[in-house]
Amino acid sequence: MGRFVALLKRPLTVAIAAILVLLAGGELLSPGFASPRQIVTLLTIAALLGVVAAGQNLVILGGREGIDLSVGGIVSFAAFLAGNIMRQSDANILQALAVVFGATFMIGTVTGLGVTLLRIPPLVMTLGMLGVVQGGLVLLTRGVPSGRAAPLLSRVVSDPVLFGLPGIVFIWIGVGIALTLVLRRTAFGFNVYAIGANEGAATLAGVPARRTRMLLFALSGFFSGLTGVLLLGYTEYVFVGAGDQYMLPSIIAVVIGGTSLAGGNGGYSGTMAGAIVLILLQSILTTLNIPPFGRQIIFGVTLLALMLLYGRQRRLRG
Amino acid sequence: MPALEKRPTRWSPQRRPFLMAVVVFLVLCAVNALLQPTFLRFGVAVSNVSAFLPMALVAVGQTYVVLASDIDLSAGAIVSLVNVAVVSIVDGMGGSAASIALGLATGVALGFLCGAFNGFCVAVLRFQPIVTTFATGIIFSGFALWILPEAGKQVPAAVYKAYAGAVVAVPTILWMLAAVIAFAAFLARTAFYQALRATGGNIQAAYQTGIPVARVRIGAYVISGAFASLAGLALVGETASGDPLIGGALTLSSVTAVVLGGTALSGCVGGVAGSILGAFILGMINNVIFFAQLPFEWQGLIQGVIILMALAGGVAMARGKAS
Repeated sequence: MGRFVALLKRPLTVAIAAILVLLAGGELLSPGFASPRQIVTLLTIAALLGVVAAGQNLVILGGREGIDLSVGGIVSFAAFLAGNIMRQSDANILQALAVVFGATFMIGTVTGLGVTLLRIPPLVMTLGMLGVVQGGLVLLTRGVPSGRAAPLLSRVVSDPVLFGLPGIVFIWIGVGIALTLVLRRTAFGFNVYAIGANEGAATLAGVPARRTRMLLFALSGFFSGLTGVLLLGYTEYVFVGAGDQYMLPSIIAVVIGGTSLAGGNGGYSGTMAGAIVLILLQSILTTLNIPPFGRQIIFGVTLLALMLLYGRQRRLRG
Repeated sequence: MPALEKRPTRWSPQRRPFLMAVVVFLVLCAVNALLQPTFLRFGVAVSNVSAFLPMALVAVGQTYVVLASDIDLSAGAIVSLVNVAVVSIVDGMGGSAASIALGLATGVALGFLCGAFNGFCVAVLRFQPIVTTFATGIIFSGFALWILPEAGKQVPAAVYKAYAGAVVAVPTILWMLAAVIAFAAFLARTAFYQALRATGGNIQAAYQTGIPVARVRIGAYVISGAFASLAGLALVGETASGDPLIGGALTLSSVTAVVLGGTALSGCVGGVAGSILGAFILGMINNVIFFAQLPFEWQGLIQGVIILMALAGGVAMARGKAS
């Protein structure tokens, strides 16, 4: 019984329950909401948020106020870069991927250097980096977006592969499996939880804390880059500020998924569920026929209600 | 072994983390004066202060929350909400003196209320501050959009004339800045402020020594909400109209200003003077970029790099050998 209650209280269980409730509620409010086609669309959008949140999750797990506000800017940057190298030609895909992943990994590394060597708090360091990336993007685009996806990329991202699900969903599942294995089965993953829980103790135990944390930010840059490429494949065109929408939702997906913002506790499976919860919530609010302000207020109140379920911090007493 | 470390002297950077901010500020002033010959004129200085004041007000309020090791990501939304509420009340009641008084009072009350709600969620319900204030910020800006869906409406000329005018030969804006500094200086001498820093330093220890931790954190959020509402009022005076999105950018830049001013996001260390300087630094960076007449496509990048450099320099200096 105790184990059963503990299972019920697990963030992943709560998030999955929230998904089912939201699906049922959506179907009630607007019939057809939970139709297979609609669910495929929802999963596609959730996959984009989920891959950004993978990097966010890593940075947050590493503790010491770890957070990455630059993800949205990097997504936009990566989509622009990929679109302009590909220029609708399949032959350029590999080159585009190499440049985008290299560049975004480097941006993340610079952020990591600022956080570890200069000890700038992650919140402001990544905010500063966001300014630089957005500024760089304006310089490159001169305010006019350009670039288009290669046809092959669009097919891989959007065309059904198995059970009617598009490739992007399987890429997301692949990211999920890989990340969970890395976190649970490798020395690096062990180090991440160690520095997140207690950096001092981890350092004394021989964990290379600085290098690990730097790599976390670099990986966050990489995942944002991957999201940028996937987003380009999904939308086919490049938009100005296409990735901006991911900045704070990526953090919320991680928190709803049960990863503590204090670090050292949590995992990616919950975050995946958290991303689906957020997208479901947003799309229910969009299908409801209410003005934008009402949507915003309901969205905020729902977030607070989710916090009430399990986002609470420990008592000071006892 | 802390006992063996050299104790910081009164003016060492560790004790005065905002010294670096002073240096950065002076450098920016010098550059600005070179680019804009009229920079040192009194009128130009006042208009600069007037442009920087809303950000400085939000940053001051944010400082108290950060000192308690929390954060307020709803501050910008409170600014917007107060801004549109005041303008709508004044406009709706025909712009009489009574409507202006009622508008101002309602605005400040809204700020207190929003701050108290944040504090309640974070300190009593024990929600995580970043996500909570982000969520409440969404709610507050939802209400702002409800009150005024798009920018517009006007306040009577008397309001912005009074704001841009002078009282006893000193510009209203300078009185406001002086009042903020006096309030901060007063607050810094209270038991509340010590309790705030103790809470930010080690909340468990603070709780065990009998500090009413929850009340202190709520107090900090209320102050932040109140200062955000003042920023909303200042923007009414500055723009003479309402805009439901006007405060959006202030939230994160107020956090940057606080950090530039030498306050640690981990709590306890820092103060309001630095945050005011930090806000002025951010404003001066904008000025310098404007007067340097850079091509527009370079402006964002240069601004980002300067802010990063200022952050790196400030944090490196404040850290010193202390850590």
